[in-house]
Amino acid sequence: MAGATTLHLGGDQATRFESRAATRETPLVKWLILGTALSFFTIFLLMPLIAVFIEALRKGWETYATALIDPDALSALRLTLLAAVIALPLNLVFGVCAAWAIAKFEFRGKHFLITLIDLPFSVSPVIAGLIYVLVFGAQGWFGPWLSEHDVKIIFAVPGIVLATVFVTFPFIARELIPLMQAQGKEEEEAAIVLGANGLQTFWHVTLPNIKWGLLYGVILTNARAMGEFGAVSVVSGHIRGETNTLPLHVEILYNEYQFAAAFAVASLLALLALVTLGIKTWVEHRAAVAYRNSQDDAS
Amino acid sequence: MSATKTFRVLPGFNLTLGYTLGYLSLIVLIPLAAVFLKTAELSLDEFWNVVTAPRVLASYKLSFGMSLLAAAINAVFGLMLAWALVRYSFPGKKLIDALVDLPFALPTAVAGISLTALYAKNGWFGQYLDPLGIQVAFKPLGVLVALVFIGLPFVVRTVQPILEDLDTELEEAATSLGARRWQAFRHVILPILFPALLTGFALAFARAVGEYGSVIFIAGNIPMVSEITPLMIITKLEQYDYAGATAIATVMLLLSFILLLIINGLQAWTAKRTGRDR
Repeated sequence: MAGATTLHLGGDQATRFESRAATRETPLVKWLILGTALSFFTIFLLMPLIAVFIEALRKGWETYATALIDPDALSALRLTLLAAVIALPLNLVFGVCAAWAIAKFEFRGKHFLITLIDLPFSVSPVIAGLIYVLVFGAQGWFGPWLSEHDVKIIFAVPGIVLATVFVTFPFIARELIPLMQAQGKEEEEAAIVLGANGLQTFWHVTLPNIKWGLLYGVILTNARAMGEFGAVSVVSGHIRGETNTLPLHVEILYNEYQFAAAFAVASLLALLALVTLGIKTWVEHRAAVAYRNSQDDAS
Repeated sequence: MSATKTFRVLPGFNLTLGYTLGYLSLIVLIPLAAVFLKTAELSLDEFWNVVTAPRVLASYKLSFGMSLLAAAINAVFGLMLAWALVRYSFPGKKLIDALVDLPFALPTAVAGISLTALYAKNGWFGQYLDPLGIQVAFKPLGVLVALVFIGLPFVVRTVQPILEDLDTELEEAATSLGARRWQAFRHVILPILFPALLTGFALAFARAVGEYGSVIFIAGNIPMVSEITPLMIITKLEQYDYAGATAIATVMLLLSFILLLIINGLQAWTAKRTGRDR
């Protein structure tokens, strides 16, 4: 499922196609395709993005600022950051481990394992929340034991963190596996033969090779962790000031017809998305440069 | 295990694979198993009654129908957009290329309220569509709009790299053999792109079926008309009907697993057809 989200290193090659008669359309066809594609892009992607910011500022800067410094909004922001800060390192360690085992060794069932790692991508976010309710909820497997020991997971912060971990589970692993497979294991084997230990090899040989993919996986994980709605909504219980994340806060404000405030908080999340896309573009650019340099060195 | 121990130069195999399997089981596999175990508490009759209740059936029809339609729309326009991004130069291209991923990065709730603002009766687009008798928000059409939004990058991003790697020689050969431009596209380019296009379609469909956040705001959630299947799970949960919610989740999970197998097969086909590793 991750095929669509992985880093790709295509430079701009339009001139290659446009300079040759055989790969060029007549101007009419070209403008028709370009016009249709860009109209579709504008209507379905660009306008929703622009609408967020304009609706947010519809009632002026004062309303905007008030919505953002509202104590409930701030506590939602804190919880959102907390969930991301916990989910990120957990999935980072997992992603690196999984990629190391899968890319550097041969074993049976490898493809099946990759499919299993992809599972959270193809599970509806609502089901991602439901499974933890079934395990830790009041009527769940551990429900009675947990309530006896006064531990709250569902409708509390741990449930939100768990749901966040689940929905962001595959991102880093899926980014690193193809990258590390493409790089082979000769460099690492050379380092080991020359006397480096495992950690040194990873730190000095593997990491420099995968750093851009790793960074991309981290920002994708972060964006999804901060923006998750469905899964978190199921396990949160929507207690204002306690178990509300930013996306849930947007929903509450919206359902209370506080549209300007809802869009103000939403604009924060939209900014996060834009920053994510900016970093992604930059990382792709850096990775492409590094790739070209390594090709030049090789030739 | 084999009697001869294979010699491995690199360290850490047992540690990393063990950790991977442990973490995978703890976070994903065991909780997912809970769905099937909980469903098993229902008798077959009870299960069947829950998953074929009229309101639930209407939700399948809406979720699957609109997801298919949205994926088809994205296949057509996503291919055009990928084509424009690879083959033409135009101002603002880099920016547009970067923004194609917006639905991946934008939280679904934000997309949901924004689309509703655009398509509501007095909204940006809605005020012009309403006099024409076209109502989008709070109707099945609204579900379609949201699903088109979230599915678009899947098609563009699976087709784009294949288009970039395409050899110009193939088209040149077709042209020099007398093929018209359209024939070269239809008989030379499209067959190469087809597996990737189908993969993008399947990915967009799979994502659309499970989508929740961006849909519920614009759908209006009217029983029998604009309720999606994930919402039925939430509705059952809010009534503390855990068994009912889980039964519907089982149906959706089984479908997801089948789709996942199909997508893996399609990706292997793409790799074979184009000689690329995925």
